[in-house]
Amino acid sequence: MRLPAFRFTGPAVAAVGLTLAGCTGPLSTLDTAGPAAASIATLWWVMLAGAMALFALVVALLLAAFVKPGSGAGTRPLLWLAGGGLVLPAFVLTPLLFYALWSGERLLAHPLSGAIRIEAEARQWQWTFTYPDAAGGPRSTVNVLHVPAGSPVDLRITSADVIHSFWVPRLAGKIDAIPGHTNMLRVVAERPGFYRGVCAEFCGTGHTGMEVLVEAHPPDEYAARLVRLAEPVH
Amino acid sequence: MTAPPAPPADPIRLHKQLDAVWRTPAGLGQLAAVNHSVIGRRFIVTALVFFAVGGILAMLIRAQLATPRSAFLGPDIYNQIFTMHGTVMMFLFAIPLFEGLAMYLLPKMLGARDMAFPRLSAYGYWCYLFGGSILLLALFFGVAPDGGWFMYTPLSSRTYTPGINADVWLIGVTFVEISALSAAVEIIVTVLKLRAPGMSLDKMPLFAWYMLVTAFMMLVGFPPLILGSVLLEVERAFNLPFFDPARGGDPLLWQHLFWLFGHPEVYIIFLPAAGVVSTVLPVLARREIIGYLWIVVSIVALAFLSFGLWVHHMFTVGIPHLALAFFSAASTAVAVPTAVQIFAWIGTLLAGRPQLKLPMLFLLGFFFVFVAGGLTGVMLAVVPFNWQVHDTHFVVAHLHYVLVGGFIFPMLAAAYYWLPHFTGRSPRHSLGTGAFWLIFIGFNLTFLVMHWTGLMGMPRRVYTYSPDTGWEWLNLISSIGGFLMAMGFALFAVDLFLQWRFGRRAERNPWSAGTLEWATPMPPPAYNFASLPPVTARAPLADARDLGTELARGRGYLGFVRHGWLETLGVEITSGRVEQVVRLPRPTYLPLISALLTGVFFVSVLFKLYALAVLGFVAAVGSLLLWSVTSGDRRDRGPLPIGCGEVAPPHSEAPDAPSRWAMVLVLVADATAFASLAFGLLFLWVVAPNWPPPQLIEPGLTKSALVIVALAIAAWSGGRALAPGFLEAPSRRDLQMIIAAAAQTTALGGLIAILMIVPDPTRHAYTAATFAILIYAAMHAGLGVIFALFGLWRSRNGYVSAVRSLDLRIAVLWHKATLGIGVASLLLIHSLPWAMGQ
Repeated sequence: MRLPAFRFTGPAVAAVGLTLAGCTGPLSTLDTAGPAAASIATLWWVMLAGAMALFALVVALLLAAFVKPGSGAGTRPLLWLAGGGLVLPAFVLTPLLFYALWSGERLLAHPLSGAIRIEAEARQWQWTFTYPDAAGGPRSTVNVLHVPAGSPVDLRITSADVIHSFWVPRLAGKIDAIPGHTNMLRVVAERPGFYRGVCAEFCGTGHTGMEVLVEAHPPDEYAARLVRLAEPVH
Repeated sequence: MTAPPAPPADPIRLHKQLDAVWRTPAGLGQLAAVNHSVIGRRFIVTALVFFAVGGILAMLIRAQLATPRSAFLGPDIYNQIFTMHGTVMMFLFAIPLFEGLAMYLLPKMLGARDMAFPRLSAYGYWCYLFGGSILLLALFFGVAPDGGWFMYTPLSSRTYTPGINADVWLIGVTFVEISALSAAVEIIVTVLKLRAPGMSLDKMPLFAWYMLVTAFMMLVGFPPLILGSVLLEVERAFNLPFFDPARGGDPLLWQHLFWLFGHPEVYIIFLPAAGVVSTVLPVLARREIIGYLWIVVSIVALAFLSFGLWVHHMFTVGIPHLALAFFSAASTAVAVPTAVQIFAWIGTLLAGRPQLKLPMLFLLGFFFVFVAGGLTGVMLAVVPFNWQVHDTHFVVAHLHYVLVGGFIFPMLAAAYYWLPHFTGRSPRHSLGTGAFWLIFIGFNLTFLVMHWTGLMGMPRRVYTYSPDTGWEWLNLISSIGGFLMAMGFALFAVDLFLQWRFGRRAERNPWSAGTLEWATPMPPPAYNFASLPPVTARAPLADARDLGTELARGRGYLGFVRHGWLETLGVEITSGRVEQVVRLPRPTYLPLISALLTGVFFVSVLFKLYALAVLGFVAAVGSLLLWSVTSGDRRDRGPLPIGCGEVAPPHSEAPDAPSRWAMVLVLVADATAFASLAFGLLFLWVVAPNWPPPQLIEPGLTKSALVIVALAIAAWSGGRALAPGFLEAPSRRDLQMIIAAAAQTTALGGLIAILMIVPDPTRHAYTAATFAILIYAAMHAGLGVIFALFGLWRSRNGYVSAVRSLDLRIAVLWHKATLGIGVASLLLIHSLPWAMGQ
């Protein structure tokens, strides 16, 4: 039984098509509006290029085996085993790991004077944000997070019931809200505007509807906007 | 010593004699089957039925997500469906499928007549069938688990999942896991001990190496999951707060226990499939695989690494970044042993003259899909990128690339490669090429696009989405691809049926393979080989094409029937030198009865009928003990002739019998479960909120010292029964076993006395975990009593002599393990209050 020769052009066509379809979207990790998301998006494009090169290498070798049978008969096995199995991954992975560690380190909420503190508490199925440092006493909002554009905001995230996860893809990566624990996430919205977020950890029947909206205000209007918010309900 | 029974000159007569003792009875007697070919086929067919169920669930998911704001399924049903899709595919399809394939193939590849513990195979199968049925019935009645296949607490705790749904998962899956653990023990012992004479470790087929490593991973991977499931069920049923942060528990403990199992699980599923690739690919490339030793080393390395990277499922739970960096490095390091194997395969293809036959087509599909999945796997191991795409459809796409690429495609290749062996038939016309293209195109359409859906921000486990998200087209394409793939699998099923029903008679060894399974008649008889081959090379069939006929004529080892026994050979582990004649059990209903009683236990726990559960447990243990009545020997036999002018003792008189190894392996799994429990207590102390606890436990040195002394006496006197001067003298050795039983009873009493002073275990995770550790130790002492009394019973009924001491040696292993666990438990319980007081 002889089968038709392969054409491995499928993924290339699909990739081009997808790129054309665009990276924009209200929840797109690639349509970035903050430094954290932007740095991760760059990481993605770099890794995608590297992955496609490696993938092409494997496909080319497989093709060669069938188009020119026996073409590797003279190659010493050690070349494949040590070269492909040890040297190649070492050369690819080591720089990737260091790059990832360095870029991850820059995204963490290291202590920073001037960062705005906001408490975020998740429960089935809503977010409650508390602004402890608002002028005139703490303020609180539900499902809408008010931040000043251009300034780092440190969210202290926890949960009152099950595990949820705070994620606004255009701004930054996600972090889980876990009962009994408090996690920190630093968020910066570069420009004023609205940024949508979703709960990323499955949290029951209302998981799908547990959305959050980040409203980034021009810096000079932020303090006044906070004052007009409701006081926390206890 | 008597001469070996003369082999009949005629292969047909030899077949009839062997078949009479080995075959599974017809009719109701099928329920008594223990033969590996029968049980292996049952595992495979049942797994395929569950695959169809899981596939239908997947189609429901894709139908729901095809369009935005779909009103097809509501969240309640949708949550059950995706939870069950994952659970069915992982626990009821993938693992049982390769267990079945391994059971069917291993003895034949190794040149043995059956697995080491045929009744255990049968028991495992029934546990799998019954446990899986509990899950399916729950789905049918609309009370299936709905907390996701990883069942995160506190969502799965009683407060947030008050119904029976979560209990169904915990109990059904644990029931099924009995079969995984029993398969692990059995596969390891079979590969290590039941090989053809002369098959040293370095001549073993690679598939056996892969299964050996996989089985070891199962042996230490499943106990944390089973332990976690037991703890969660105890929390749900009796309110012991292991995972409740308000009372010193921690939801993260569940995640650690789950992923400590869950990540190795991925490699547990991948390795058997990689074993298929390493077996099938060189045959179709018409060249010996390159780098045999490299591959063996890389699968062992993969096994070790896979236990060091579970945290990469937890990059977003708030663990310090440097710790994440460690797990990130470990996760990327896994790419190395994987790359070694990929390039060994590629090098073999390039050096050989590969034939593009149907199994090879599926192997190419495997390369394409699995390599892509491996590359996105490296991306996911990169911490910052993981923060973005974790719990999105990017991960869904990645895991399907890895599991479908790394499991389904090789298994489809395996199906077409070994189908002639199973059925004795070859295809006339195959629909397989069409099935391949439908599956391949459908798969990539579904999941390549899904990476993008994830990058566009679609989280996992949402039952619908709004049209303004930009996900509509992506999801529609995925759904269309999904249905194409489903058609491909349907075509594959039809093709299997047609080939089985209408294929032409296959010739022996149709692929010109070198491994021993192709030396059996096709389809194989219950005894596999009429006589066992001496092995001198890795590919025994390559040099001796007519080996099969020679063996059928009885020219190898054990080419006769002696006393109506079912015999195969046991070898020394590394050299493959013949060491013993292993006598295997006949078909029996006992495994079915034991599994039914085990089922009574699990179902009673599910419905909270605890009195009945205790009864079921006791009855199940009792029925397992009954198995031994037909094992062992009441006479010293001395060395038995095995043909070819050689002799070997029966396994009951051999120092290194298979069942001794089984006990060692059970204790490895046992120690892993205990270590997980101890880790749990220490983890909660260090990490969980609301510590230190309101009240510390002071067990008192006297009681603890009593327990340890009693356990030491049990281990010592158990060993003394075997010592020269005791073993030959029935009354002296029996006295030692009575002492051991009394000592274990004392230890049990001491542990119960300590348990009595533990304050209310529902108040704090500290008391709950201490309680659990004490129960664990007490159960060991309780079983120690049974082991000692069982040894006494065996001794008094003639199963023990100066050369037949297997039962007693196994009991000593248990007594020693109980001593170890007792000492470790009490040390932990005494030192923790002291450490917290500092």
